[in-house]
Amino acid sequence: MTVPAALHVPPTEAPPTALATEGLGVYYGDWLAVDDITLQVPRHHITAFIGPSGCGKSTLLRCFNRMNDLIAGARVVGRVTYGDVDLYDDRIDPVQVRRRIGMVFQRPNPFPKSVYDNVAYGLRVHAMTEDLDDRVEDALRRAALWDDVKGALKKSALALSGGQQQRLCIARTIAVEPDIVLMDEPCSALDPIATGRIEDLMQELRRDYTILIVTHNMQQAARASDYAAFLTTEVDGDGDRRRGKLVEFAATNELFTHPQDPRTENYITGRFG
Amino acid sequence: MSVETPTRPAAAPLPTYDATDLVGARLSAPRRYKNRVATACVWASVILALAPLALVIVLVVKNGLDAMGVEFFTGNIPSTRSAATGMGPAIVGTLIVTAAATVMAVPLGVLAAIYLSEYGRDGKVAATVRFLAGVMTGVPSIVMGLFVYTIWVLNFGQSAFAGALALACLMLPVVIRSGEEMLRLVPDDLRNASLALGTRKSRMIRTVVVPSALPGLTSGSLLAVARAAGETAPLLFTIGAIQTFNPNLFAGTNTVLPIQIYNGALSPFEGAHTRAWGAALALIAIVLVFTFAARLVTARLSTDRHR
Ligand SMILES: Nc1ncnc2c1ncn2[C@@H]1O[C@H](COP(=O)(O)OP(=O)(O)O)[C@@H](O)[C@H]1O
Ligand SMILES: [Mg+2]
Repeated sequence: MTVPAALHVPPTEAPPTALATEGLGVYYGDWLAVDDITLQVPRHHITAFIGPSGCGKSTLLRCFNRMNDLIAGARVVGRVTYGDVDLYDDRIDPVQVRRRIGMVFQRPNPFPKSVYDNVAYGLRVHAMTEDLDDRVEDALRRAALWDDVKGALKKSALALSGGQQQRLCIARTIAVEPDIVLMDEPCSALDPIATGRIEDLMQELRRDYTILIVTHNMQQAARASDYAAFLTTEVDGDGDRRRGKLVEFAATNELFTHPQDPRTENYITGRFG
Repeated sequence: MSVETPTRPAAAPLPTYDATDLVGARLSAPRRYKNRVATACVWASVILALAPLALVIVLVVKNGLDAMGVEFFTGNIPSTRSAATGMGPAIVGTLIVTAAATVMAVPLGVLAAIYLSEYGRDGKVAATVRFLAGVMTGVPSIVMGLFVYTIWVLNFGQSAFAGALALACLMLPVVIRSGEEMLRLVPDDLRNASLALGTRKSRMIRTVVVPSALPGLTSGSLLAVARAAGETAPLLFTIGAIQTFNPNLFAGTNTVLPIQIYNGALSPFEGAHTRAWGAALALIAIVLVFTFAARLVTARLSTDRHR
């Protein structure tokens, strides 16, 4: 496989950090699924998390908006900071965290409501209802969906195509004006054309948001991200189950052209352990 | 039957396959035989299942129509020998008893179902509640009547409300169990979508889970309402007997259509039989109207109307 050239030249000096983790680990029951992750996610850039299936990319992503709190038996250890705020401090309300740090899921999951009500949902929840119509339109425009749906705002969202549904989910997420958008393999259920549109959309959004995207598609990471983290699974210690580890985190073109770790190199060139 | 080979501008000749096994009509004899037998069995079952239903409806409508008229709805229930057709008090009784039972059982049952599916989940409390609801489903309706008799009627006397209490006790476990199943059918993807927007769990349940499950919740509740509207046993000693109108839910004895059907059918007189058929027709009509109205309301409230 040839290594695609990265689109974005990383800035010469490190940009401010949006999210940081320190010795982050996640247990499911008493099994440590993801271990000792330390990294800094820069603001207003796209950071990709790549790695083989089951290495804990989704698990890691869910730490940032505290969605792991909702999984029975999941427990987070270590530190996650948002700016200078410890996200796992006792005084932090996870519900408020999720408003600032939105999430787009792997499978498009629009509500079984109209297109309009899908976008308005979060706005109503957060009482952002003055100029509701304008806000809905604005979110749909920013998600590059307005032209597709402007005549059918009252139609069921379930009647949209998969790619349109995913863009609707993005519109719904950015409508509440989050600071950071987490995307968990947002294109894995989409065809290449819909994928291309979502990637274009991400380039638009990175001006206003910090984006974290999980993908197992390396071309996508190379095309669409500024920074990339490579995770893998390894057997360690006494147990025989594999656990997720962070191997390398760098500017995307750096990671793809000069991987520092042989495991990264093997993965991005398509050779496995 | 023959297999058609598609024609196309053939650069290379198409390979010829033996397609005999792809032709349905050429099934081996035993398979063809099994297929016929299975088809016949399925059809026979359908007819067998529908026949009683059709017979009931035809019979009830044919005989019940004789009793229909203004007097049927407005007249008091006459003495058993009379040929008069009045059934009004029982219609009113059925309506108020069933409505009161529904008002008590459905909200409580749906709330319990929400607790089980959204909060209790696999916990001990939820398991206990689930077990008790199961036991409650198995309690014979007459026992439920006795229960209400001892705790309510002995203290406050017979009334439509006492009957409604007994019916509510019968409906409650049905509403809880069917409700929980309907709520569990709502995909977690939707719950997560709402929560990831920074929605409180209670609001998420109110705005996503319940609306998505609403048609199912309505169906389950309707089934319970329809069953309760036709109950006789638990009402026999909880609401008593009366032949005149008593629209008061809380005071005085009352009567309902199933009890009148029972009385009329047991009586040796022609007029009483006609009234019983009329009461049966009225009961079926009431349940139908209930069902239809609830479906209409659900469709109105339903969050996803494909237009
Ligand atoms: N809710 C859960 N309960 C228990 N184990 C889980 C749960 N979610 C994920 N896991 C396990 O954690 C590991 C990492 O999963 P995940 O984060 O989904 O990986 P990825 O997104 O990289 O494919 C996998 O071995 C998976 O089986
Ligand atoms: Mg995943």
